[in-house]
Amino acid sequence: MPYVSNEEAKAAVQERAGEPAAQGRLSRILDSDMFHSFLRSKVTVVAAIGTFILFLLAFLAPWVAPHNPFDLASISILDARVPPVWMEYADPRFILGTDDQGRDLLSGIFYGMRISLIVGFCSVIAAAVLGISLGLIAGYTGGRTDAIIMRIADVQLTFPAILIALLIDGVAAGVFGSIDREVFAFYILIVSLALSFWVQYARTVRGSTMVEKNKEYVQAARVIGIPAIIIMIRHILPNVMGPVMVIATINLALAIVTEATLSFLGVGMPPTQPSLGTLIAIGNDFLYSGEWWIAIFPGLALALLVLNVNLLGDWLRDALNPKLR
Amino acid sequence: MIGFATRRLLQAMVVMLVVALLAFTMFRFVGDPINQMVGIETSIEEREALRERLGLNDPIPVQFARFVTQAAQFDFGTSYQFRQPVSELFAKRIPATLELSFTSALFALVVGIPMGIYAGLNRESAISKLFLSVSLVGISLPTFFIGILLIFLFSVTLQWLPSFGRGEVVQVGSWWTTGFLTASGLKALILPSITLGLYQMTLIMRLIRAEMLEVIRTDYIKFARARGLPDRLVHFRHALKNTLVPVITITGLQLGAIIAFATITETVFQWPGMGLMFLQAVQNVDIPIMSAYLLLTAFLFVAINFIVDILYFLIDPRLRVGRP
Repeated sequence: MPYVSNEEAKAAVQERAGEPAAQGRLSRILDSDMFHSFLRSKVTVVAAIGTFILFLLAFLAPWVAPHNPFDLASISILDARVPPVWMEYADPRFILGTDDQGRDLLSGIFYGMRISLIVGFCSVIAAAVLGISLGLIAGYTGGRTDAIIMRIADVQLTFPAILIALLIDGVAAGVFGSIDREVFAFYILIVSLALSFWVQYARTVRGSTMVEKNKEYVQAARVIGIPAIIIMIRHILPNVMGPVMVIATINLALAIVTEATLSFLGVGMPPTQPSLGTLIAIGNDFLYSGEWWIAIFPGLALALLVLNVNLLGDWLRDALNPKLR
Repeated sequence: MIGFATRRLLQAMVVMLVVALLAFTMFRFVGDPINQMVGIETSIEEREALRERLGLNDPIPVQFARFVTQAAQFDFGTSYQFRQPVSELFAKRIPATLELSFTSALFALVVGIPMGIYAGLNRESAISKLFLSVSLVGISLPTFFIGILLIFLFSVTLQWLPSFGRGEVVQVGSWWTTGFLTASGLKALILPSITLGLYQMTLIMRLIRAEMLEVIRTDYIKFARARGLPDRLVHFRHALKNTLVPVITITGLQLGAIIAFATITETVFQWPGMGLMFLQAVQNVDIPIMSAYLLLTAFLFVAINFIVDILYFLIDPRLRVGRP
């Protein structure tokens, strides 16, 4: 018998006693299988809290960060490369020290995490929209359209995502020229990440769509003359979203890592809008001269973020997998 | 068997043609090849003459056919930044990448398999749990950050191992250079191959553990135990043997991933291989190198996939029965 807290028990009793579902949605969530399995796994609860705190710090960066690393008036080159507070020659204003331009590292990490997360979310959404649309079309239409889309997916699946993203980045640089690259860096990055990650969504959605389209509700909709596009979006899509959520969570971690890698390699976010990867790339130049904190702290922040999101994704996959219930 | 192999071979060729089309499109339409090859002072007539001589005015299908024919003979054109034939540049750098990939695959297998066996057999022990947590952290750490951490620890702080380059290399044969034969070459290999192989190691460990847990529960293991066979024999002769089939497939497929991620490791450690050259090409928009790298890696991946498919077919008799 899984652990049940007082409130949940009460909510469950109310629900069973036929209480009106006015305050219903919250108690329904609290009483669900998902929530129980969530509470049972301590690691997941910790990971969820960790993820929540990191997201909060990142998105509230302008308000919670002790300094504004982009405010040129407040930074001074005289403060450059100050070590963290527990070391010699430290400055109490900078808890984790400063980077080569005298920017506070802790604030830089908050802002960098914000950029990493924004790129991560945008690219996951873009990849999901692309993959789901193509998967729905392939699964619903079948025939030659299906064959073409899925062959492209097969070919792409033979290559690791990072190579594809690198290639797209290089081609984009060739098309736009290096001057515009800084302006477009954000969009190029999202497009290249989306084009590297869409395959998984497309395959999953195609599979479920092929099952759903033969069910009665779809046939009924078709009989009364609803156009195919409406059937796909209004009727089939909601029924194939479960696995998509799992892929999206796991892909968020993957997208953040890939973005950081690209930025580290110098083809992602430019130093004027540094993500965590860019910060690590900047710090990497100072590793040998003993200023280790400039690279290591952003790296640890990245690892922490990815680990937490990964743990959540693992749990979500198991919780939504009917075989493991 | 022959039918299966032919079908797979045909599929592989279609994939290669599609990739070649992509590489050709990049090569031909991203930027003007002529502008990249000549200086500013070249006159328009000379440019046109060069264009005609290189066949850039021919119909596109003809150009594509020529591109494929030349690529099949390892002629990928001239690099924009180095002004040397791309194939020569690659030939110089292939040994570095292959030695690094081979060593990290070896590291992943030699460390990952025993760890996986141990964790599978002693499920509840503290060490197994430690292995699993370490592997989770290993999966979450990005490759390049693992490299930075190793450099910081072993090169900067302890100063035991070099942080960049291949060390001293020895020429073997006409074009192969090896770092295996000198002390500095071997030392230089350690950190990059751990960085590159760590992810594969955790993957192999988790796979072996999962397979072991599954196999241990099957009837034939129970019977082997009932017969009174010693644990060692049951574990290694009966159980391990049957976990190896998926391991072979995954290892084969991961070889491709190793070569891809070598790009990152080579950048962190300034390892003079193909990946580093590819990355510099991406940064400098050197399209001939990029399209050649695309073709080469595609060929490697397709070849590996093909071999793994055939191996699978040979190893697992169930795939053979009942198939035309």
